[in-house]
Amino acid sequence: MITALILLPLVAAVAAALLPPLRLAGWLLPLIGAGHFALALATPLSPPGSGDWLILDPLGRLVLIVTSLLFLLCSIYAVAYLRFHEQQRDNRAMVPCLLFFLGTLTLATVAHHLGLLWVAVETTTLASAPLIYYNRNRLSIEATWKYLLLGSVGIALAMLGILCTAYAVLHVGQPVSLQFDQLLATVGSSSRPWLHTGFVFLLVGFGTKMGLAPLHSWKPDAYGEAPALVGALLAGGLTSVAFLGILRGVQLMAAAGDLALARQSLVIMGLLSLALAAVFVVKQPDVKRMLAYSSVEHMGILALGVGIGGLATFGAMLHLVNNSLTKGALFLSAGNIQRAYASKHLSEVRGAMSRVPLSAGIFIAGFLAITGSPPFGPFISEFTILRGIFGQGHPWLGGLFLLLLAIVFIGMGGTVLMATQGEVPADTPPSDHRDSAMLAGPPLVLLALVLVLGLYLPEPLRIGLEQAAALLEAKP
Amino acid sequence: MHDLNNLLLLAVILCNFFTLGSSRLGACIRVVALQGAIISVLPVTVHGPTGHSLLLGIGALALKGIFIPWLLFRAIREVRIRREVEPLIGYIPTLLIGALSTSAAFIFAEHLPLIAEHRDSLFIPTALATLFTGFLLLSTRRKAITQVLGYLIFENAIFILGVLLAEAMPLMVEAGVLLDLLVATFVMGIVINQINREFSTLNTERLSALKE
Repeated sequence: MITALILLPLVAAVAAALLPPLRLAGWLLPLIGAGHFALALATPLSPPGSGDWLILDPLGRLVLIVTSLLFLLCSIYAVAYLRFHEQQRDNRAMVPCLLFFLGTLTLATVAHHLGLLWVAVETTTLASAPLIYYNRNRLSIEATWKYLLLGSVGIALAMLGILCTAYAVLHVGQPVSLQFDQLLATVGSSSRPWLHTGFVFLLVGFGTKMGLAPLHSWKPDAYGEAPALVGALLAGGLTSVAFLGILRGVQLMAAAGDLALARQSLVIMGLLSLALAAVFVVKQPDVKRMLAYSSVEHMGILALGVGIGGLATFGAMLHLVNNSLTKGALFLSAGNIQRAYASKHLSEVRGAMSRVPLSAGIFIAGFLAITGSPPFGPFISEFTILRGIFGQGHPWLGGLFLLLLAIVFIGMGGTVLMATQGEVPADTPPSDHRDSAMLAGPPLVLLALVLVLGLYLPEPLRIGLEQAAALLEAKP
Repeated sequence: MHDLNNLLLLAVILCNFFTLGSSRLGACIRVVALQGAIISVLPVTVHGPTGHSLLLGIGALALKGIFIPWLLFRAIREVRIRREVEPLIGYIPTLLIGALSTSAAFIFAEHLPLIAEHRDSLFIPTALATLFTGFLLLSTRRKAITQVLGYLIFENAIFILGVLLAEAMPLMVEAGVLLDLLVATFVMGIVINQINREFSTLNTERLSALKE
C-alpha cells in the first residue's frame, strides 16, 4: 500500500516525461492527484515495531494527507494554468516535475529511516528547482540559484546532524542503525554532546528547507518568482515535510530524555521567525513576497507551538493543516490577481475587486483566515497554541506572541486592502483575464475547507492530531 | 592502515588549501576531483575490502573523481571562463582564514568526546576543516561555478564523516546520497548555463535584483 503510494506519482512522472507532449497531458495531474489522495486516505497506520524503512505513523500520515489534498486542488488549477501557457512555451518539464515532486514528498512522509528521509527531502529540492525556474527570466533564475544553493547546503547540514546522531549512538557500543524505531530504542544511552550537536544541525538543516528565520532568505525570492501553484505547493507541502524532519529530531530528543533543550531551541527559532516576518511584512509592496513572509511567520508559529509542548503541540499540529490549506488558497488566488494585471506589485495591482471579484474576494478572506480571524481554522489553532502558552505559565511569551500577530495582521492588511479595494488605475493596461471555474474553484474549495475547520473539527481528524501530538511528548 | 589513512587525510587538507589559494578554475576543478578520488579510497582503507566498502568507494570515485568534474569542465567550456577574478576576500586572506580554521578544527577535535578508536585519527579534524573550506568558498567567491565547487567540498567533508559511520548507513541510502549529489550538480550546471545566457556573465553578484 505504501509502496503504491510512492510509485504512483513516480511512474506517472516517468510516463509524462517519455510520452510525446499531448494537449491532454495536463489532465494527468488531477487524475494522479485524485488517485494519490484516495490512496493516502485509505492507507492504514503501519503496525508498530516492524522495523521497516517505510512506515506510516500518525505524524507522517497527517503531513501526507494534507500534502496530497493540496496537490489535488493545485493540480486542477494546473490544468487551466498549463492551457493558458500553452502557446508561450513548452510545458514538458512542468507535468513530470510536479508529479516527481509529489512522489518525493510522499517518500519523505513515510520514510522511517533517517538516511532515506534525507534522500527524499534533498530530492524534493531538485524536483522543485525547475518548477521555480518556470518563467525563464532573470528574476526567476536568481531565485532558482539561491533556492538550489541554500537548499542544498542546508540539507547537507541536516546530513551532518544525522551523522552526529549516529556517532552519538556509536558510543552505546552496539551496531548503529538509522532505522527510526531502532534509533529511538538506542538513543537513550547515547553520548549527549553528540546528540545535542546532531539535533542542532537537524534543526538548522531542515529549518533552512522549512524557511525558519534566520535561514529563510531564499523564501521570498522563490515564492515570489515561482508560478502561483508551485508557490502553493512549496508553502503548504514542502514546508510541512521539512517540519516533519525537525519533528523527527524532537522525537529523538524526547526518547533520550532531553526534550527541554529541543523545546527551548524551537521556541527561540519560532520567536525569531515571527519577529522577522513582522518586520518585513509591513509595507511589503509585492503580493507574493508578502505571502512568503507570512509563511515564515507561520513556520515560526509551528515551531513555537511544538516548543511550548502540551496543548500547544496539539495546536501546532492543527495549525499545520490550517496553514497548508490557507496558503494554498492565498497563493492560487494571488496568481489569478497577478495574471489579471500582469504584475504582482502594488504599484500596478489596485482595485482587484472590480477586475477579478471572486479571486480578490478569496484573497481577502484568505488574508483574514491566515492572520487568525474567526471563524476560520487558523483562529482555532492559534488560539489553542496561545492557551497552551498561557497554560504553561509564560504570560510574557503569550503577550509577545499576540503583539507580533497583531503587527503582521496590520502589515498584511495594508497591502491586501490596497491591492483589492478601490478603483483600477486609469493607466492600467486592459486585461481579458476573468475568473473561471478552473482557476477560482480550487482556492475557493481550499478556503471552504479552512472555514469548516474553524467551525467544526471532525472526530477522525481530532484523533489523528492527538496521536501525532502524543509522539512529540516525553516518554514516561 | 592507520598511517595510510592519515596520509590520505593530510592530502585532503592540502587540496583544501589549493582551492582556497588558486584563481584558475580548471585547476580548482581538478583538485576537487583529486580530493574526491582520495576520499573514495577511505572506505576501503578503514573497513577493509568488503563488498559494501568497495561499492561505496567505486561509486564515490566514479562520481566525485570523474563524472562530476567532467560535467563541470563541460560547463566552463560552454560558458568560456577560465579564472575567478576579484573574489570578495582576496586569496591571501582566505588562505589565512583557511589555515586558522584548520588549526582551530584540530584543537577543537582534541576536546570532542570521541570513542576510543577514533581518538588519534585525523578523521574528525579533517572533516571539520574541509567543512570550513567549503563554507569559505561558498561565501567568498563570486562565480557560480566556484560556489558549486564549495558545495562539493562541503559534501566531501560529510563523506569523510560518513566513512566513520559506514556501518550505520546502508548501501542503498549511500547510493541515494551520491545520486542526489550528482543530480544536484547536474541541475546547478544547467542553471549556470542559463545564468550565463541571461546575464552574459557568471558573477552571482549580478543576481541581486531580488531583495528588500
